[in-house]
Amino acid sequence: MEIMLVLGLPFLGSLLLALVGARRFAAELNVGMSLATLVASAFLVVRVIKHGPILAVHEQFFVDSFNVFLVALTAFVGFTTAVFSRPYMRIEEHHGRVTSRRLRLYHSMYQLFMAAMFLALLTNNMGLLWVAMEAATLSTVLLVSLYRTRASLEAAWKYFILCGVGIAQALFGTILLYFAAEQHLGQKGMTALLWTHLNAVKGQLEPRVLGLAFVFLLVGYGTKVGLAPLHNWLPDAHAEGPTPVSAVLSGLLLNVALYAVVRCKVLVAGSIGTSLPNHMLMAFGLLSAVLGAFFLWRQKDIKRLFGYSSIEHMGIITFAFGVGGPVANFAALLHMTVHSLTKSSIFFTAGHASQAAGTQRMDDIRGMLSISPTIGWGLVLGSLAILGMPPFGVFASEFLVLTTAMRNDPWATPFLLVALGVAFAAIFSRVQPMVFGETSARPLPHSPALVPVFVHLAIVLVLGLYIPPALAEWYRAAAQLIG
Amino acid sequence: MAHTSHLLAQLLDLFAAGLLLLSFAMLSERRTQRLVTLFAWQGAVLFASTLLVAYSAALREVYYSAALTLILKVIVLPWILHRLIRRLGAEWDSELLVNVPVTMLLGLGLVIFAFGLAQPISTLAATITRNTLGIALAVILLAFLMMITRRKAVTQVIGFLAMENGLFFAATSATYGMPMVIELGIALDVLVGVLILGVFFFQIREQFDSLDLHHLETLKED
Repeated sequence: MEIMLVLGLPFLGSLLLALVGARRFAAELNVGMSLATLVASAFLVVRVIKHGPILAVHEQFFVDSFNVFLVALTAFVGFTTAVFSRPYMRIEEHHGRVTSRRLRLYHSMYQLFMAAMFLALLTNNMGLLWVAMEAATLSTVLLVSLYRTRASLEAAWKYFILCGVGIAQALFGTILLYFAAEQHLGQKGMTALLWTHLNAVKGQLEPRVLGLAFVFLLVGYGTKVGLAPLHNWLPDAHAEGPTPVSAVLSGLLLNVALYAVVRCKVLVAGSIGTSLPNHMLMAFGLLSAVLGAFFLWRQKDIKRLFGYSSIEHMGIITFAFGVGGPVANFAALLHMTVHSLTKSSIFFTAGHASQAAGTQRMDDIRGMLSISPTIGWGLVLGSLAILGMPPFGVFASEFLVLTTAMRNDPWATPFLLVALGVAFAAIFSRVQPMVFGETSARPLPHSPALVPVFVHLAIVLVLGLYIPPALAEWYRAAAQLIG
Repeated sequence: MAHTSHLLAQLLDLFAAGLLLLSFAMLSERRTQRLVTLFAWQGAVLFASTLLVAYSAALREVYYSAALTLILKVIVLPWILHRLIRRLGAEWDSELLVNVPVTMLLGLGLVIFAFGLAQPISTLAATITRNTLGIALAVILLAFLMMITRRKAVTQVIGFLAMENGLFFAATSATYGMPMVIELGIALDVLVGVLILGVFFFQIREQFDSLDLHHLETLKED
């Protein structure tokens, strides 16, 4: 029941918003639907905590501690982003960057995108997972090109083609998975693609096929995670799309794609019994972390900068999942949470900062503190949080990743340290002049909704100081599951 | 019985070879209209091979997916593409980034690579279709090569769809097709994708007065 609500509400919202069109209350309706989804997901969480994993609708949907936590996170960030988007898009309309007709498309697609992500998270069927990931791409392509500028069209084209090709690889991987499973679970039965069934027989699946399948699945879904060297679409899409879309892409879509990778990894690792999948995750993760960090130096656009920072962080998380074991998985899950919250809050402030300055070029954004203390401080605090300064939660998770890496894979620590150090220097030196000093920027025509920024950062701060036992238990259960 | 299944297997190999041949033809074709025709032919061969698999396995669901292939890949998608090309006036692909002989050689290399990769796996297949997994992978890789070597937006999309053909062939050849729900989902995604791209083409042309993708190379690292 709760599952149907979580899936159905955003879908309904998308239809409603397509009908409502450009009326005044469209943005409020968007917020309302997101809030309703958040409430439904809260009920789902309560139910899973009370009664354990749920299988529903002929086992097509499956909720355990791993995905329920991501569902809750997705619904939460989806709601806060909708809150932020209301004044933000109004200002964009005021500046003449979007027409009210395109806002209709924007709101409708926003909800559809949320629905696709929930479907990807909740489904038990590896094939449906693929369909949902592709649907998530399709619903965001037109959002990235919403402004119809040359740059945004180029970014959307790149996004579509790269993610399309990537996800085609994932489909091949899924076919191979089905091929291996069919021999044990019977053909034509819908069960041969169900994750729970696959998980039960993973020890008997043909290791050669699963090994090859994993290569394709990792490359495919990894493209959507933004893992180097398949990351090219990510900074463009983040920089050229509307800021709320950058926030949900970075904060949510990357997590969902990584979720798909991890689900596949659990199956494959259980089948081939070697640490090959782990090593592949570690290699891709480290490469992304280091490359992402070094590319930070060359950025001039504020949203590109934080796009690359997302690549770096997804790299760290992927690496942690590769290291495996209860502690590293715990750290990876924690990092997924805090990165999602922090990065979306940074995009919120960065979006308003560039609206006030009238440009996304960091050289031209100056002295935000004198325009609006909330934007200025939001940007400073968000940056400090994402750079892993204590006492924010990012510090806790990065510290855990580092210490586990030191113990299990000492060769990797220098790479991680370099990535973290370079990222620190690059982002800190850019943010500082944007916030302090003189400015020529003008105040915003509508007052921004920056409560979400501080709510997110407050949660990240709390997670750094004290993880509530219930949440820690939850992470631990999920970490156990991933193995 | 053994005799017929042998015959069926040989027929399927024939179709697979036809698919591969069409992939090579697409790789060297410069006129977009003809490329769409080749793509439709590829769809037709795919339809025939799916029908064959359906017949040999006597599975009703595979008949459905054959019908789906016929409607989507032989009729609807080529029709949409033809219309798009006529309305956009994109009959010719400007130039290939790599000349045809080199592309062919690269393609050959990819085919060998695909066969090498699929060799250990196809011996495991229980279906009559065991040799075809390598060909399916080769079709996918050739389509990928086509996307890399072309500049026109329309051609890249045809490459993308040809890749999907290869995937579909892999699904029917290695297994007896994916479950119906998944196939419907995939078909829907492909259709919606093409429609979105259609919208997209007009936006690109409106902004750039051309569908040549070298205009779309300004977002660089700097």
